[in-house]
Amino acid sequence: MKKQPFRVEGLGDIERNRPIMFTFNGKTYTGFKGDTLASALLANGVILVGRSFKYHRPRGIFGVGVDDPNALVQIGVHGRSTPNERATTTEIFEGLIAKSVNVWPSLRYDILAINNSFSSMFPAGFYYKTFMWPASFWPIYEYFIRKAAGLGTVPKFEDPDTYEKKYVHYDLLIVGGGIAGLVAAHVSAKAGNRVILADERANLGGSKFNSEVTINNKPVKKWVSDIESELESIGDCMVLKRTTAVIHSDHNFVVLREKIIKPNNHSSHTMISQRLWKVRAKSVIYATGALERPMVFQNNDLPGVMLGSAVTDLIHRYGVCPGKNVAIAGNNASIYTLAEDLKACGANIVALSDSRKKSDNNENLAFDSEFPVFMGQAPICAFGKKKIRSVSFGPVNIDTAISQNKDDKKIDCDLLCLSGGYDPNLNLIAQAGGSVSFDTEVSSFNCQSIPKDIFLIGAAAGNFDLQDTISKSLNIVKKIIKQNGTSVFPDIVYQTKGSKSLNAVSPVWYVQSKKSNNKQFVDLHNDVTVSDIDLSVREGYKSIEHFKRYTTSGMGPDQGKIANVNALGILSKKIDINPQSIGTTRFRPPYTPITFGALAGRDLGDLAEPIRITALNVWHQESKAVFENVGQWKRPWYYPKNEETMEAAVNRECKAVRKSVGIFDASTLGKIELVGPDAGELLNRIYINRFDDLKVGSCRYGIICGDDGMVIDDGVTSRLEDKRWLMTTTTGNASKVFHWIDEWLQCEWPELDVFLTSVSSHWSTITIAGSNARNVLLELAGDVDVSNSSFPHHTWKIIKIFGVVARVFRVSFTGELSYEINIPSRYAHSLWESIISIGERYDITPFGTESLHTLRAEKGYIVVGHETDGSVTPDDIGFGWMMRKRKDFIGHRSLSRESIIGEKRPQLVGLLPETYIPEGAQVLSDEISGSDKQSIGHVTSSYNSPSLGIPIALGLIQGGRSLIGSNIRIIGPSNSMSVNAKIVSHCFYDPNGDRLNV
Amino acid sequence: MTRYSALNLFQKSRDGHKGWPEAWRKPAPKSSYDIVIVGGGGHGLATAYYLAKNYGINNIAVLEKGWIGGGNTGRNTTIIRSNYLWNESAHLYELSLKLYEKLSQELNFNIMLSQRGVINLAHSQSEMHEVTRRVSAIRLNGIDSEVLTPDQIKSLIPIINLSSKSRYPILGGSIQRRGGVARHDAVAWGFARAADNLGIDIIENCEVLSVSTSNGIVRSLETTRGCIGAKKFGFVVSGHSSVLAEKAGFRLPICSQPLQALVSEPLKPFFDVVLMSGTVHVYLSQSDKGELVLGAGTDKYNSYSQRGSLSVIEEMMSASLELFPILSRLKVMRMWGRIVDICPDASPIIGNTPLRNLYINCGWGTGGFKATPGSGYVFAHNIATGEPHNLAAPFSLDRFAKGKLIDEHGAAAVAH
Repeated sequence: MKKQPFRVEGLGDIERNRPIMFTFNGKTYTGFKGDTLASALLANGVILVGRSFKYHRPRGIFGVGVDDPNALVQIGVHGRSTPNERATTTEIFEGLIAKSVNVWPSLRYDILAINNSFSSMFPAGFYYKTFMWPASFWPIYEYFIRKAAGLGTVPKFEDPDTYEKKYVHYDLLIVGGGIAGLVAAHVSAKAGNRVILADERANLGGSKFNSEVTINNKPVKKWVSDIESELESIGDCMVLKRTTAVIHSDHNFVVLREKIIKPNNHSSHTMISQRLWKVRAKSVIYATGALERPMVFQNNDLPGVMLGSAVTDLIHRYGVCPGKNVAIAGNNASIYTLAEDLKACGANIVALSDSRKKSDNNENLAFDSEFPVFMGQAPICAFGKKKIRSVSFGPVNIDTAISQNKDDKKIDCDLLCLSGGYDPNLNLIAQAGGSVSFDTEVSSFNCQSIPKDIFLIGAAAGNFDLQDTISKSLNIVKKIIKQNGTSVFPDIVYQTKGSKSLNAVSPVWYVQSKKSNNKQFVDLHNDVTVSDIDLSVREGYKSIEHFKRYTTSGMGPDQGKIANVNALGILSKKIDINPQSIGTTRFRPPYTPITFGALAGRDLGDLAEPIRITALNVWHQESKAVFENVGQWKRPWYYPKNEETMEAAVNRECKAVRKSVGIFDASTLGKIELVGPDAGELLNRIYINRFDDLKVGSCRYGIICGDDGMVIDDGVTSRLEDKRWLMTTTTGNASKVFHWIDEWLQCEWPELDVFLTSVSSHWSTITIAGSNARNVLLELAGDVDVSNSSFPHHTWKIIKIFGVVARVFRVSFTGELSYEINIPSRYAHSLWESIISIGERYDITPFGTESLHTLRAEKGYIVVGHETDGSVTPDDIGFGWMMRKRKDFIGHRSLSRESIIGEKRPQLVGLLPETYIPEGAQVLSDEISGSDKQSIGHVTSSYNSPSLGIPIALGLIQGGRSLIGSNIRIIGPSNSMSVNAKIVSHCFYDPNGDRLNV
Repeated sequence: MTRYSALNLFQKSRDGHKGWPEAWRKPAPKSSYDIVIVGGGGHGLATAYYLAKNYGINNIAVLEKGWIGGGNTGRNTTIIRSNYLWNESAHLYELSLKLYEKLSQELNFNIMLSQRGVINLAHSQSEMHEVTRRVSAIRLNGIDSEVLTPDQIKSLIPIINLSSKSRYPILGGSIQRRGGVARHDAVAWGFARAADNLGIDIIENCEVLSVSTSNGIVRSLETTRGCIGAKKFGFVVSGHSSVLAEKAGFRLPICSQPLQALVSEPLKPFFDVVLMSGTVHVYLSQSDKGELVLGAGTDKYNSYSQRGSLSVIEEMMSASLELFPILSRLKVMRMWGRIVDICPDASPIIGNTPLRNLYINCGWGTGGFKATPGSGYVFAHNIATGEPHNLAAPFSLDRFAKGKLIDEHGAAAVAH
């Protein structure tokens, strides 16, 4: 095993007896179980890990968590290839393959690094000012812009893994498993509350993990693990590690994303990759800590420049000290603790600068003799090419910039740690509706107003004193558990030692450089520099939103976690308006990027939308039906026999219905039972035609309009009993119509005494249609008289078929004698098979939706969605007579508007085209419209009619009813498609309806 | 106006770009103007620009309650197309597309119009018929549109899932090759800069508090920056149109609903068209920066909150992975919501109001960005002449009373 030169013996919490081999940019390295890719790379001395987005400047690991803007890598291969993963949040596993994104041909020698040399040509928003000449060249410019942009690559294969969702309700959700979050979880769980604690990292303990701090005289690591085991032993408490809260929605609905660590990442088997927890909690505590921000000076982006908190974390968690000769710069007390940590690793501290004139407790004096300590100074410039070689310091002027001193002394170093202050992590609370305000004490935003039942504790609440945090957390938890009905508060004491509090921060927003400011990085990810801010201000993009959009600051994958406050501070200086008045851009979800797959969960493939099948589906499948999707339903489209084409099958099915008898599964039709004394009145108002006068035992066809007077559905409604009615709707609109009626009933007419029940799947519907339909029914009907005189068209009867009560409706959508047999679904299959066997002697033929539609088109019957499109009135489709005497119904008043009665409306007509034309083709007529370009209507249905042997069509044509006999031209979607046709009446077959009434 | 050009960019780079002036001034409002436009989104700024350019009226203020382009102009999925079914819509959106095609040069601001083609997918027989109908009708209006077979779709989008085993297999589709996307902020800023150059005052952080009317005309507006009078007023405030109309004393048939969109982290180019599907409900494109931009339907409930429900996002993600299973491991970087103003017929309202000197332009719903220049163009005509532009006449407010609706509910191929 190769030595890991930056690993420190005896520190960290990794399993040194479990080495793990992984590959980065083609080279193999060894890390330990418990390492992240970032810590393992740094242990191996890999400083350069990526390139910046715009200038392709060399970049190293900068932060150590979700805040790192630099170390984006492509991880895995084949279907598990994942773009833009953070090296800092990726735990290594045996065989991990990672490579830098957006570099070519290699990370070390990246061609587009040339952008860096021409960076003065590419200031913020340069693309708005150029690439405009010649205009026709933009697609070429754009091709190259696109090629240069982007980070990782899309995988080439399907993701073999799955993503789960879980829905839970808890009394209390605590986000953040640092000391504050752990104390809150411990106390509330002990008090009997149901608690869920989530932390995004692999270990609890937050920023104090494995530090020198003791709690109740235990080393913090031991205390954390004891509390963790205790929490896990409490039944109603759940601890989720590697779990990030990403979205906070209304009413404390919080989405957590849990990463599942897999036993083996190379398996081709499906594994659960992530779990999305949808938590609804009575109370939410955010103990999300604070993020450290860097300092802004020349070349502050060089590899080897890191956040101080990241270095602390690397030492404590992973036993990695990423430098030998370390310089430290900051504006707050944390740098002194860092210096101690570094000393403990054996690192050589070459210099420390504190931009404050004086430290809180004269900590600086303790180090004065060991290395140069520069009070009131800050870094001016970092030097080096692919990693930092040295740094110069200079004095700070008040709270802002400093001028460069000629005699800046360069101090050699291989690591520069920065601490520009801490920003409470307020993303989620802002998502929840909390407002933030700028706190000059800590030079950052604090939460000003917090929505109900949400609480902030710890550093997230701007509290950087551990003991004080604990006591404040306990007070909040007390309040919560009282609210949750628990009066006994567990008497637990948490006494901490060895923690240093963090007091005032003196901001140094940026360092003025003598040369240009275009290498002073504010947003490292998007390469936004101080000079970009200057330009933005100069050009008037001063509103924080304009500023963000113009400079792209905070718009990268890290969403500016460590950049935004610095950017705001600098902007504030430049335009001389205080940060509070400028405000922040809006915090949007997700807190950290969330995988598409996790949001989609299992709703893919057959589960993308529920598949609905009828009770007869097995028979259809066995009979080799070809299915079509109708909304969620799978319906038999046609039943091909012996390799028949669709056309041949439809022809055969239609002819069978016209000549003898066919059988059709109409179970998908919507069925609504309306029960109550006012059901007739309700139907009167819903339908355009009258229903309350319908006699028990009769059926009537009706049309439903929207409030705009346009047809939305149609169907047959029957009166079952005096106060019981059965409405049928189209398949596609079944639920829409139900909700439509329900809305009117509940919101507008609550005085009507009617109950609605959807019975669509309770009853299956088997239609037998054709001149022999009665002969088939006779064999099922027993004693019931089904003769034409006793059971005429548009009536219904109860018939006991094999002892089962069926409702048989004599209605027709084919133009033939036809019965719709409604039977409880569990008997549908056996009834269907019985009918098939009874009908054998009549050559009974199953037919699908295509034949049904063809047969009805021959009769000129409309289909909602074909002949109507939401802009068609009842009169347009020939049903104006239905509403002539009506007083009121939904849509009635809209239909009296001047454009609807006064103008040439599209009207339903028949068309006889020379050859088949596709539905949707447009109708033209030079004679009628005076133009051969202006459409006068369109083809709504079109078939080769099996009964007539010619192509027929239905169409909606302006003033069509008065144009019967006219010749027109129909043109399709391509130039070659043009057919002559004649306008005729819309009923092509049996216009007198003789076949219905036999 | 300092010209934007590669040469100028080069010259100014030599002194650290110190020579660039403000893109638009930040004037204090005057007490009165010839025309006051309320609403500094794309539509309002375009209106002001065309008023000055086409009608020579320069004494105009555009009032914006926040920052210009901060409403739906800055929060949409930037799709531009004119493949509308009804003649009235087709002509209006085509005017807009034609203006867009020359806009970068006209404004001297690169709006990065990328005519990469907008594809609509069909997943059922009835959607295929709808494709035929639309393409036939659109072509008759002189607008480019073609039917696509699944194979043609595959050649344009190699990563699409054409499997017949999908829940809703792709049966075909249509394409408008001139359709595409543009940089939304640039449209607002470009119009602002050009309008400012013509002397128009753009007043940000100026919210209208009340509307003072008498004898059927608007006298002045009480704003957070004082009282501002004008001879004529135009309201162009999208999601908050009903609120402002109420202040002026009339009502609008508009529902305001949240509409969400999101972007992925940036990726190397892999998706070169704009794709929309109604059944597998999503629309998506890849930005020049590499982010995949996705949008879907509105929330079912009316709201003024600029956020929507998670379920809409989940459905949108499931739809995207149905069409593109290989996107499963991509990550959502940012999601956002905005308020869209939807009319009963999903078409806009442009024209006169019950107040004689007040004109309104609103109701663009989920599709206003594509109409920005065209909307400003016809609305400027309306305000300048007092009469609707002939392309905008069908979109008058009184069409609801007359029943002359332009029902475009299916027009996005996505249920609104």
